[in-house]
This record gives sequence, C-alpha cells and structure tokens, in this order.
Amino acid sequence: MDAWHFTEMPYPHLPDNSTIPGIRVNLPNKHLDPKVAADLYNRYLDEHLLADELGLNCMLNEHHQTATCLDVAAPLSAAILARQTRNARICILGNPIANRANPIRIAEEMAMIDCISRGRLDCGFVRGVPYEVFGANSNPTMTLERLWEGIELVQLAWTSHDGPVNFEGRFWHKRTINIWPRPYQQPHPPIWITGSSDKENIKKTARHGFTFAMFLQPHEKVKEMFDAFRESSPDENPNLKLAYMPLVYTADTEAEAEEGAKQLSWYLHAKTEAQFRNPPGYVPVSFNVNALKGKYSGRTDAVRSQGMDYLREQGVLIYGTPDQVVQQIERLQNLLGGFRHLLMMQQAGFLSHERTVRSMTLFAKEVYPRVKHLGIDVPERKVA
Amino acid sequence: MARTKSKPAKRKPAKSATKKVVKTAARKVAAKSGNGKAPAPVKKTASFVTLFGMKIEVERRGKGRPIVVIPGEEGLEADMPFLDELARKNEVIIPWMPGFGRSERPEWVASMDDVSYIFLDLLDALKLKDVTLVGFSLGGWIAAEMAIKNTTRIKKLVLVDAYGIKVGGKRDRDIADVWYLPAEKVLNLKYVDTRHGVFDYPSMPDSKLEIVARQRETTARLCWEPYMHHPSLLRRLHRIGVPTLVIWGEKDGIVTTDYGRAYAKAIPGARFVSIPNAAHFPQVEAPDRFMKELTRFAR
Repeated sequence: MDAWHFTEMPYPHLPDNSTIPGIRVNLPNKHLDPKVAADLYNRYLDEHLLADELGLNCMLNEHHQTATCLDVAAPLSAAILARQTRNARICILGNPIANRANPIRIAEEMAMIDCISRGRLDCGFVRGVPYEVFGANSNPTMTLERLWEGIELVQLAWTSHDGPVNFEGRFWHKRTINIWPRPYQQPHPPIWITGSSDKENIKKTARHGFTFAMFLQPHEKVKEMFDAFRESSPDENPNLKLAYMPLVYTADTEAEAEEGAKQLSWYLHAKTEAQFRNPPGYVPVSFNVNALKGKYSGRTDAVRSQGMDYLREQGVLIYGTPDQVVQQIERLQNLLGGFRHLLMMQQAGFLSHERTVRSMTLFAKEVYPRVKHLGIDVPERKVA
Repeated sequence: MARTKSKPAKRKPAKSATKKVVKTAARKVAAKSGNGKAPAPVKKTASFVTLFGMKIEVERRGKGRPIVVIPGEEGLEADMPFLDELARKNEVIIPWMPGFGRSERPEWVASMDDVSYIFLDLLDALKLKDVTLVGFSLGGWIAAEMAIKNTTRIKKLVLVDAYGIKVGGKRDRDIADVWYLPAEKVLNLKYVDTRHGVFDYPSMPDSKLEIVARQRETTARLCWEPYMHHPSLLRRLHRIGVPTLVIWGEKDGIVTTDYGRAYAKAIPGARFVSIPNAAHFPQVEAPDRFMKELTRFAR
C-alpha cells in the first residue's frame, strides 16, 4: 500500500459561516490577508517536505476561487516539491484539464516536472467539481467531453517524438505539436482519474489503464465504484490502480485523536451556494430529474451533515491511536476489496502545524509499517 | 393492360413525419392569468419533421394565418392561455428547437446560429407563407437570427423580452446571469409576482421532468459563452426588412427595457412597447395588454 500525504491548503480564517453565503466562488477575496496566506503556503509545503522525509508520498490538488484550497496551480506546487523532495512520488490529482485553456501547456508542465523530479510524477486529470465551471467560465455541459479530448491531446504530445503532429479536435486545434522537454518516465507518467458516480467514466478509466481515485464517500458507494473498475480492467491486479482518500488523524491518545478529527471535519462543512453545486447539464438528465423531485442535492450531501461516529463507520474519517488507525485501515481495505493507494487528508481547516506534524509522524512510524503490505494482492477471481 | 385511375396525387405529408393527436390537459391557470375566464380546450397536434437529419417536434393549433411561436428557454409558452386564444383565429405553430420538447439534439448543434438555419428550413418544409414570427426570450434571439438571414416566408416579426445582443462594454452585465445568481434572485428578476414562476415539479411525471432538465441543459450548452448573446447580432439587425414589434415587460430584471429599446432601435422601423406591471413574461403577468398589442400588430 502506498501512503500519500495531502492537504487542500485551506485558508480557514473566515467570517462566521452564518454571515457569508458560502466559502466557494463568491466569497470576496478581501477576506484573505496575503501575509497569512504566505505563512500558510510555506507551512503546507514544509509539511510535504516532512512527508518525504517520513517515507510518505505527496499528493496535490487544485481548486479555484475558494478558501478551502489555496493551491490554485498544482503544477506550481508540484514543481516546488520536485525540486525540494528526494524520494516521494508526487501526484497531482488533478489537472483540471477540462477547465484549462491549453492541454499542450499542461503536457509541457508535466514533462518539465517529471524531468526535474527525475521521474517521480503521477499525473492526474480531473473534470473539475461542479462549482469550478464558474471561475473558469467553462461550459458545464461539456466538461466530460473536454476532459477526454484533453487527455487524448496530452498523451499525443507526450508520445510523439518524430517531429510536429497535427490535432484538430472538437475543442482544441493544435497543428505543430512537438513538446520540449518530453517526459522522463516512459512512455509517460502514470495517469490518474478521479470519479464519483459515473460508471461509464470509471469503465473508460479502467480500459485506458489509468488509476482510479475516489474521495470521502461512504464505503458502500466506493466499493460499488471500485467493483465497476475491476470488472472493466484488463489488468491481472486492478487493485494496483485503485486509490481512496479518507481524512486521517493519528494521535497519542483517543481524546487527542478526537480533537484532531473534529478539526479535520471542517472540510466537510464548507458551505457552497446551491446554484454552484449543480450547474445545468453537469450531471445527466436522470440525476436532474431526481433533483427536481427533491431527491438529489449534490454529490457529497450524504456525508456533509453527519456526526463523527458515522463518518468513521463509513470510512470517510479515520482517527485514533496508532493501533486504532491500523485497525480502521485494515477494515477499510477489507470493505473495499483492496486498494493500493491510501490518500490521506491529514490536514484540514484549523488543524495546526504542530498537530499535523505529530499526526504525520505517528502515522509514518507506528501505523504505516504495519499496513504497508495491504491492498496489493491480486483480488479473488472476478465472477464470469 | 389495366387502366390505372388517374387521380391527383394526394398531397403527401412532410417526409418522415408521423402524426399524433394530443389532447390538451384541463387548464388550471385561469386563476393565474387573472381574468377569470376558463379557456376552452384547443385541439393540438404534434408531429416530427426531419431537418438537417434530425427529428424536430412541431405542435400546431387552430386554423388561419400562420403564427410561428418560438418558446423561451423554459419552454413555458406552450402551456400559456394566450396561445390558445391566438389559436382561435390563427394557426399557431410551435417548433421545439433541438434539445427542447421531444426534438433530437445532435452533437453538432452548437449555437443559436445553427438553430436559426434549422428553423428557416422548417418554414420551407412546412411551406409556410406570410408568417408572423414571434419569439420569447431565448426564442426571440432565434427569431432575430432567422430574420437577419432570410425573411422570404416571414411577413412580420415580434420579439418579446429577447436575448441575443450585447449592448454594453466589457465590464457590463447586459443580461442577468441566471446561472450564477441564486434561484430566488432569478425568480424576482423574472416576475413581478413570483408565484407565477413557482412550479410543483414533484407532482409532474418523469417524462415532463426529463424535458425540463434537458431544456436547461441545452440552454447552457448553447448559451454559456458568450453569455446569452452573439457578439455580431447587434450590428446585423439592420438587415431585418419586415415590420417588427418589440414587446417588453417594464420590470424585466433579466433584460431591462434599456436593453429592449437598444434592440428595437437597431431594427429599421421597429416599434418598442413597454408593458407595465410585468417583468420577463408580460404574456403571463399582463396577458390582456400583451394580447392587445400582439393581435393588433399581427392583423
């Protein structure tokens, strides 16, 4: 099992929730103090360097116009880590290719990071969560199509070595593709895709040989999606290409663990106005029919309003002493049928640097060695 | 040799058309329209016409001179009482654009420009003449796009609270952003009396809700960027050579009367009418005044 440290790099110092419409998209940036932001960026990056020292990998993501995530350009943070870490793999999960103007630029950025890190990049591509279409002014009805055309274009750029090639797609026309540098890893960095409910997308991900990641969802749902992936995967061991992210907090005592876990849960309560959570055509007609009937309120509502015991039971939140964390990870691995990559949001909200460091260190030293062997065995034969 | 009967060939229906007779449902909007009259049901027919390789649904009601009504992005006009009233003395034809009603929507349909050609083909396919073309909101944009291209079959044009042009500068929001704003705010911009805009979706059948969801998706697909307009339309409006009436709800907060006046000003000879006590849907909130203006013009 590979263990990855992650934080969304939040800016939590905000006015009271009841006084603002939401944290995402339209919270004025006057509420951000650049001096505080500077401290936060440097602290979060320091924690990633610690992850590298501790033998963990580093995962980064990218969001826009939100206080939940200051990492607005994952390639920038990945480049910093490429230069400043030694051993950690660096996963961008992911480049919001559907919302960016130029996939060739992304192909170049990734190739550059791959070279600087000497082949330690894992490159994820995402469609972008619903509220992202506003910042990017990206057509919500086409993000899925743009995602896949963008991936095709990036792979073409990465794997073309004999001079300029042409691509006249639906969304992008590039007539002289010939990127310098080309990726360090051959044929290119491993590609990861994230998902939640779109089974067709998951199957496509499996058939392409990409790694599939899910986040912060009840374990039954995750198992269902993981099984869909396994069914469509041509690999002998599909579990090597599965990834799941819970919130993870490891502490010396149960009481301390509970305190830390509460602070991590800040992330789940981040408020977003309704119209940003389901822009038209982002989800299929059938989902919106349910929304009109009042039966569908967005992708993470199942989780949002629940207490910590529920979150722990669902595998969304893992916390406790090292023994307890080991036990919860073992349980999660069993429930999900085995997965190679444990992505851990070990920092969120107001969780302090000191607490984060302690949690990461305890995890690396007293949990990880005991769970490292999990998730990588070939799963039982698929039923025909 | 057997003799064949010589009979004038029966006029064939349009290619690939299938006909269905659809009975109207009982109207429950008499109270809404405020005039206390319960309109008598009007027989509707719905059929499909194949244009540009796709099936386009067309509803027809009544008999008489053709009035082609292009609904707005919510598709509400088909159920409004004023339409049946119009159908008493005219033939009302309601085409559903790709992605609306039960019309197909191939991937290549990417703009109002595309839709305008499809509907110009429709006028040809139905062999309509001297059409009064009435477009509401998004439908108004389509009607304008049609009229700048070819008015051979169009005698008169009516635009009602229409989208489609950009009048302001880079920093101006000419058209309220209905996707960015909260739903409650949008409702208040669209209606003086917001009760007109509240619909009991959970009580509707799935087949109807699918249409609602698909229409919303289609509108976003075609109108996201540039937002609800074509950058060149304003400078092309001078090409419209038919009498044009531009009707606006005085309190429209989505597109204001200033916007509407700019629209009218750019169309040679167009008349602008602002209807008080109404916002984006004067045909709902001030139906008597609306019908008076429309029927007088369409005569």
